[in-house]
Amino acid sequence: MEAATKRFSVRKSFAKHWQLYLITLPPLLFFLIFKYYPMINAVLAFKDYYVTKGIFGSPWVGFRNFDMFFSNPLFWSLIKNTLTISFYLVLAGFPIPIILALMLNEVRNQKFKRFVQLVTFAPYFISTVVMVSIIMLFLAPRLGFLNLFLNLFGMDSVNLLGKPGLFSSIYVWSDIWQTAGYSAVVYLAALAAVDPTLYEAAKVDGASRFQKIRNIDLPGILPTITIILILNVGNVMALGFEKVYLLQNKLNIASSEIISTYVYSIGLLNANYSFATAVGLFNSVINLILLVTVNGLARRVTKTSIW
Amino acid sequence: MASVRTTIKESTGDKIFLAAIYTILCIVLIVVLYPLIYILSSSFSSPAAVSSGQVWLWPVDFSIKGYEALLNTPQILTGYANSLFYTSAGTLVSVTLTVMIAYPLSRKTFFGRNALMMLVTFTMLFSGGLIPTYMVVKELGMIDTRWALLIPNAVWVWQVIIARSFFQSSIPEELLEASEMDGCSDLRFIWSVVLPLSKPILAVLVLMYAVGQWNAYFDALIYLKSADKFPLQLILRSIIIQNNSGNTVADVGTQIQRQQLSDLLKFSLIVVATLPVLLIYPFVQRFFVQGMLVGSVKG
Repeated sequence: MEAATKRFSVRKSFAKHWQLYLITLPPLLFFLIFKYYPMINAVLAFKDYYVTKGIFGSPWVGFRNFDMFFSNPLFWSLIKNTLTISFYLVLAGFPIPIILALMLNEVRNQKFKRFVQLVTFAPYFISTVVMVSIIMLFLAPRLGFLNLFLNLFGMDSVNLLGKPGLFSSIYVWSDIWQTAGYSAVVYLAALAAVDPTLYEAAKVDGASRFQKIRNIDLPGILPTITIILILNVGNVMALGFEKVYLLQNKLNIASSEIISTYVYSIGLLNANYSFATAVGLFNSVINLILLVTVNGLARRVTKTSIW
Repeated sequence: MASVRTTIKESTGDKIFLAAIYTILCIVLIVVLYPLIYILSSSFSSPAAVSSGQVWLWPVDFSIKGYEALLNTPQILTGYANSLFYTSAGTLVSVTLTVMIAYPLSRKTFFGRNALMMLVTFTMLFSGGLIPTYMVVKELGMIDTRWALLIPNAVWVWQVIIARSFFQSSIPEELLEASEMDGCSDLRFIWSVVLPLSKPILAVLVLMYAVGQWNAYFDALIYLKSADKFPLQLILRSIIIQNNSGNTVADVGTQIQRQQLSDLLKFSLIVVATLPVLLIYPFVQRFFVQGMLVGSVKG
């Protein structure tokens, strides 16, 4: 009986709101074609791809492509480089916007506060190519600002981008320079929503500014912090291909080759489609597992999660 | 509240704490601003001054030679024109598609909206990967066409989430009921009620997509082959990062001058490629902040 009325109302809804259902078709097609169809195409990972036979005509090879990847001498270095850069990014890049927001929140001079926000927010709009160009100009062995600075103190110029050991630091700190101000905005908004009566109570109790930050501000924005942390960790394996790829050179490749740049060079430059798809799929699956795990942990520990 | 603030005085500890905060923030300001000023100043200095590392803060031997060289490089002008096209056309496509899915999904009476929302959000968590996506674009015959930069990345899930929560919270249900009584069709309602009421979120969508398109280079890198379709970012990469400026600055005379000019060109190019976005940014900052808030607080 209930099902019948529901079916009836659904049909009525279709009849009355057909225009509404109609306009969702183009965007839905977009998602089906460019997001879901590639997921089906990912069966390539289990095949030996022949251009002439197409994806579905090519023979199955089971997990051969994955075995090839796991036994590849590059495997551990790819994993190590990907994880090193991403965890470094989470560890260093995650607290800084929070600290920046907490500091800005203490500033009573509105003009100064707005100016700092305006300036720190701006680098976010610089494109990856420009960002890498700036890094290269600043770190260049001949004219780079940093080397000119070293020369000033009588030190010799160093090819900073050619040192594998420095790669992750260059990547992470330039990223912080570019995005810290942008990321701080969310925390500032969360801070603005903290109940003002708590501050007044604290003031009456004679709490210091630092105590207020520790006992009111931080607990107040904890849910936001948790959500952002989950999203950050969920992105660990999806480390930005673009910037790493542009910063890569022959000298630093030992620590700059990550899974996504490897997929690009194997897959698109060497046309080894099946193998590259397998590597990419491995990456996506690890990423999904990480995201689900962290989300689950967060839900248990702080009662906050993204689903 | 004001009286509370004046009656309880700041302790010495608090004053020191506050002074430390101001000091750190000033250092942050310098660290963020200095590279930007350095690049801008270099781009307005003479080629010789840039090449000998004389620029530290303000322009040395003020000149606009870098910008002149830039105007004399046809590939940069083509790239600029292409980027303008991709940005305007791409933004139009993206915003339209985003509204077309976000608005219906915000309507409580829309049948299957939770399932569709799941379908859309899931693509944020898992993807087929680079090669399978490339194969789809190839199968559709989009390789080396301008469509490849407009369509395959047209809708961003995050923007759908932001737009949907905006529609949900700011289009009053009563308006819909009233116009339905008057026999207003859904399309008409979207056109004459929803869109005019949604200017803030439309501004956010336009800006985010436009900045994204202007700054994008990866799709161009993998999908485009002919240089006359390259966006500015790809040209920028070949000139600055791969250092292919050798033949772009012809008829300059000696090799040294040419080298100096190409050093300078890099700075001017960075300025010119970033300027459009940075110029509009102070005016639109509040929209960005608003958009991020809608997305993060209610998402």
